[in-house]
Amino acid sequence: MKLDSMYQDVILDHYKHPHGRGLRDGDAEVHHVNPTCGDEITLRVRYEGDKVADVSYEGQGCSISQASASVLNELLVGKELDEARRIQDAFLELMQSKGQLTPDDAMEDLLEDAVAFAGVSKYPARVKCALLSWMAWKDATAQALGGDGASQTDTKESTA
Amino acid sequence: MTSSSRRGLPGLLDTEAIRKDFPVLDRVIHDGKKLVYLDNAATSQKPRQVLDALNDYYERHNANVHRGVHVLAEEATALYEGARDKVAAFVNAPSRDEVIFTKNASESLNLVANMLGWADEPYRVDQNTEIAITEMEHHSNIVPWQLLAQRTGAKLRWFGLTDDGRLDLSNIDEVITERTKVVSFTLVSNIMGTVNPVEEIVRRAQEVGALVVVDASQAVPHMPFDVQAIQADFVAFTGHKMCGPTGIGVLWGRQELLEDLPPFLGGGEMIETVSMHSSTYAPAPHKFEAGTPPIAQAVGLGAAVDYLSGIGMDKIAAHEHAITEYAVQRLAEVPDLRIIGPTTAEDRGAAISFVLGDIHPHDVGQVLDEQGIAVRVGHHCARPVCLRYGIPATTRASFYLYSTPAEVDALVEGLEHVRNFFG
Repeated sequence: MKLDSMYQDVILDHYKHPHGRGLRDGDAEVHHVNPTCGDEITLRVRYEGDKVADVSYEGQGCSISQASASVLNELLVGKELDEARRIQDAFLELMQSKGQLTPDDAMEDLLEDAVAFAGVSKYPARVKCALLSWMAWKDATAQALGGDGASQTDTKESTA
Repeated sequence: MTSSSRRGLPGLLDTEAIRKDFPVLDRVIHDGKKLVYLDNAATSQKPRQVLDALNDYYERHNANVHRGVHVLAEEATALYEGARDKVAAFVNAPSRDEVIFTKNASESLNLVANMLGWADEPYRVDQNTEIAITEMEHHSNIVPWQLLAQRTGAKLRWFGLTDDGRLDLSNIDEVITERTKVVSFTLVSNIMGTVNPVEEIVRRAQEVGALVVVDASQAVPHMPFDVQAIQADFVAFTGHKMCGPTGIGVLWGRQELLEDLPPFLGGGEMIETVSMHSSTYAPAPHKFEAGTPPIAQAVGLGAAVDYLSGIGMDKIAAHEHAITEYAVQRLAEVPDLRIIGPTTAEDRGAAISFVLGDIHPHDVGQVLDEQGIAVRVGHHCARPVCLRYGIPATTRASFYLYSTPAEVDALVEGLEHVRNFFG
């Protein structure tokens, strides 16, 4: 069944057992919504120097948006900012691939559980769901780290 | 009730014959699944009669209207103005000149709001006046009034909702006051299907001398509709929800108001004389139709009106009532399903919103789509309703004249599948 390519077990597992959910102390907080469907997320980031010390979040939305936030937390917490940005860029590339991109070994190593979202990229209406928390993280990071962060993260705004 | 007893439903149309008029309903999607189209509150499908009228217009008669003296220009004008006659008769307008063509219901409502914002007394909306709407409006009947209130300083008030999805009119004298200049509300809710009590609202509005605007987008396609009987001053609706093409909407307004109120969009077609210093305006409806209008779309709407009239709006209403009654009963059998809005078919239209346990509507819609079932998910451009009931979104199934009890059964089976998938 084609649906299984979107609703991978990994995704459903993150949806049912989310990592790092709940709001904790942070350096910046953002609230992002997906106006077409009502998905919402409040997300906080905390940095220790250039290290992503925590990403905490609370929100409501579909399985794709919620699982994506859980994967983001699992992947980015503990990473250096440069590495986190590489992961974010790779995830964005995958989600904008319209199902045409088969992740290679390097991408799989980088994205870990997030490669499960490859199937979602075939469904244009759902790409925004998958990217909601990632766009929120980018925005929160820019706010937490000030002007330099903002200019570096303003380069790719097309989300779907 | 179970699926085996549905053949006895009273009032059903001959959907087998009707569905032959709608080519898209034959589509098979997702490797062999028959399309079950239950998104009619978003837009209806189009019968061959409407598609043929559009083609015939472009193939045989296309020209700009009200301008040329050549044959095509005369024919195009006659077809465009003929569509106005058909629409006027369809809603029992006292005069054809009261029917203004717009691009959709949103434009119709924005047009009224702007007429009132620029009007002189006694219609003028300003900081000493109030505007009344309701919490169940589509965004297109909220935002234009918010804009008008922000720009004029007028105060915006609204009716709240009861727990069972009806308007709470208990404080009607506080919502509609001596300062109220305009009351705008939907006749049928696009998200909950609620049919609102027009008479009580109109009576109070008339008592204080306020104008009444009715958003009939979810009403005119589905039931006999008479602008004189409901005693509104303005009525807005759209063509694409009533078997017509997109790009054509209607604003009906009482003639004396259309004569008194100022134009909003300026341009060709809406003038009488123009000099470099000032202009005078054509009489309504042309005063409100600046620029080349959506000609083919109006012709298509005229064909849609003919099509619906040929079947009979009373029969369409009876059919939808029977389908809705069957649907609310069958949906009640689905575990964890909660209808948002009236839970019976009384005083409700054929749009039914629901939530299914804690499965997000996006996920419900996606799994239904995989089975060929098209529903709408989200807040349906009525976010205040979702906020009121503490839900992020709903799944909405909405029916029309070609909907069948078998499609209701398909939806119920599809929802079982959704529950198993996320169970």
